[in-house]
Amino acid sequence: MANLEEFREQTRAWLDENCPASMRVPIKSDKDQCWGGRNWVFENEEQRLWLERMAAKGWTAPQWPKEYGGGGLSREEAKVLKQEMARILARRPLDSFGIDMLGPALLKFASEEQKQRFIPEIIRGEIRWCQGYSEPNAGSDLASLQMRAEDKGDHYLVTGSKTWTSYADQSDWIFCLVRTDFDAPKHQGISFLLFDMESPGVSTNLIKLISGNSPFCETVCENVKVPKENLVGELNKGWDIAKYLLTHEREMIGGFGLSRAGNKTLGQSAAQAIGTKDGRLTDGGIRADIADFEIDEMAFALTIERVVDEAKAGQGTGAASSLIKLYGTELNKARNELLMSIGGGEALAWGSEEKAKQVQRWLRSKGNSIEGGSSEIQLNIIAKRILGMPG
Amino acid sequence: MALVLNEEQQMLRDSAKTFIQESSPVSALRELRDSGAEWSPELWSGMAEMGWTGIAISEDFGGLEFGYVGAGLVIEECGRTLAASPLLSSSFVCASLLEAVGSNTQKETLLPAVASGETIFTLALNESDRLDPSGIAMTAAADSDAFVLNGSKKHVVDGGIANTFVVVARTAGDSGNQDGLGLFLIDRDAEGLSIDTTFNADNRLVASLSFDSVRVAAEAVLGESGAAWPALERALDIGAVLSAAELLGIAQESFERTLGYLKERKQFGVPVASFQALQHRAAQLFCELELCKSCVLKALQAIDQDSPDRSRLASMAKAKVARTSKLAVNEAVQMHAGIGMTDEFDIGFFMKRSAAASQEYGDYYYHADRFAELGGY
Repeated sequence: MANLEEFREQTRAWLDENCPASMRVPIKSDKDQCWGGRNWVFENEEQRLWLERMAAKGWTAPQWPKEYGGGGLSREEAKVLKQEMARILARRPLDSFGIDMLGPALLKFASEEQKQRFIPEIIRGEIRWCQGYSEPNAGSDLASLQMRAEDKGDHYLVTGSKTWTSYADQSDWIFCLVRTDFDAPKHQGISFLLFDMESPGVSTNLIKLISGNSPFCETVCENVKVPKENLVGELNKGWDIAKYLLTHEREMIGGFGLSRAGNKTLGQSAAQAIGTKDGRLTDGGIRADIADFEIDEMAFALTIERVVDEAKAGQGTGAASSLIKLYGTELNKARNELLMSIGGGEALAWGSEEKAKQVQRWLRSKGNSIEGGSSEIQLNIIAKRILGMPG
Repeated sequence: MALVLNEEQQMLRDSAKTFIQESSPVSALRELRDSGAEWSPELWSGMAEMGWTGIAISEDFGGLEFGYVGAGLVIEECGRTLAASPLLSSSFVCASLLEAVGSNTQKETLLPAVASGETIFTLALNESDRLDPSGIAMTAAADSDAFVLNGSKKHVVDGGIANTFVVVARTAGDSGNQDGLGLFLIDRDAEGLSIDTTFNADNRLVASLSFDSVRVAAEAVLGESGAAWPALERALDIGAVLSAAELLGIAQESFERTLGYLKERKQFGVPVASFQALQHRAAQLFCELELCKSCVLKALQAIDQDSPDRSRLASMAKAKVARTSKLAVNEAVQMHAGIGMTDEFDIGFFMKRSAAASQEYGDYYYHADRFAELGGY
């Protein structure tokens, strides 16, 4: 395709000229990423420039419509951009729940005014968003949420608590599921509301995990005034928007099943840590468990590949996201358990960051099979929606 | 290469499914068993007519040269109906040896008959109860340009019906050495060869062979004697992946029948399929089967592409599918409950064949360990 090749050339040239050197270093942790927002302090001038330049081209959201400031790229072009960025190890200029979760939902469900108001700011990284879904009494049963939004004529009055809101303490705005009808069946009384975290009545508390610090917060709202024009979609039809968002989130989390490139394989780590005799790991039990794990890991990676290939060839069945989320997260837990066994005493070290990395990863991984729809929920979904089992 | 079937392969699969479900449904296995017959020559001719016996053989020697993905698709459909035939042994495993290391004369003389199904070959390798390909003690002593074979083989699949055995015997070295192995073609009526057959639980006939100074002329030596290991290893990889393909068919069919049963069966006033514990186990098995499909396709493609990862992928596929099939057939019997335990019901046949196919060309333990070894640990 001549156009695509031309695009690749142009992209490569533009990236070469505009991606600063310090932005060509892979991201190692959340802290290396640029999240943007009103309170964002840029790591250095290059980080700011990189965001500015990419945002100006709309390449923080490559496939979003140009009319709102997006890149307007086709899927193939977006793929080329990704490849060209990977080629020079260019990091993503902006990490954003606005881009990954809210934006697609706004594009699908929001009014024209809302799109014009919120999307450009997301693309430029000027507003940082967090997600208000789960509540202390509404986890797997999200639809039973109780945060109340009372109709007060020209505004809603919002009262209630959200939990597991990532980075709420650092975010500017929140997209929130609220109950606007307490008499209707639970799925039919939910609305999708946007509001400013600086609004009077909003407070956040950090939640510490068994693995140490986390980005999670509890978000409490006490009589928070939210203008009516911040309602997205129809009143009491917010559940549809929520579901749309959740499927995207699920696939994001499932990606954990794959080893990050460049890491040693478990077998290699074990050979180094435990030792070998005649080329074989000296601990036969761990060896067998590693082999089992790596077989599953390889089979899982091949399955992701196959699902993608089938979709491209028009042979897809669309059944993949629950499988990917379920299997990927369970694999990640298994990987970390093996790493704990391989590492022995060294792996247990707590304290300063570098030392504690393995034990933190192990503990944090326990959350993977809980968040984004627990493994038990995924099994329910597979059984009922894919296998057609009743109930 | 994309992990999808192309149009030709899909058509092959669909036609294979139609043919085998008509010609050899599970009831055919039951009839075969009840009659005491050793095999179905009728089914074999049907397969030959379909071109299955020549699927992986070059066109130069009378085959269809469709490749191993095709072979796998056909074998998988056979797994679904438990169709019994020497297809795997002859048309794929032994044919691969003939094509890889056969002389031009051997290929021209022997392969067309294998491709047409006229002659049936099988590999005589095992000397112990679990796969140990270099654990060969049987000897082949040179006698000018011929060889004299002494020793025995056991658990020879299709040993009761093969016309010719490809016998693995040692020309040098000790049991455990990969070097010093040779491949020898011996007809079933050869002097000094005695054959004892027995039915296994899956109603397949296996043989024990005893070689008492069996003479093999130079023309019947396959490849360079003492250097058979590379060709043998590849043939065993092919055997492992195709037995994984068969197990995939067995496992999927067991799962689908079980799912259907759960939805129909009512107890306590509700379909048994509404019980969450069973739903979760079914969902878990569904996921494992999806992974198995990916493994088998990838491993088959690796054979077709002569990939350097062929062996590791073969062991990955066989290990994964053997383990999953074991789960599938056990869940199948358990979830069918009482009725699943009866001989009258078909599900027991799946369990029996799964166990046997799991062992052919190396079981789960053999391949998991080989996977580790090939992975450097």
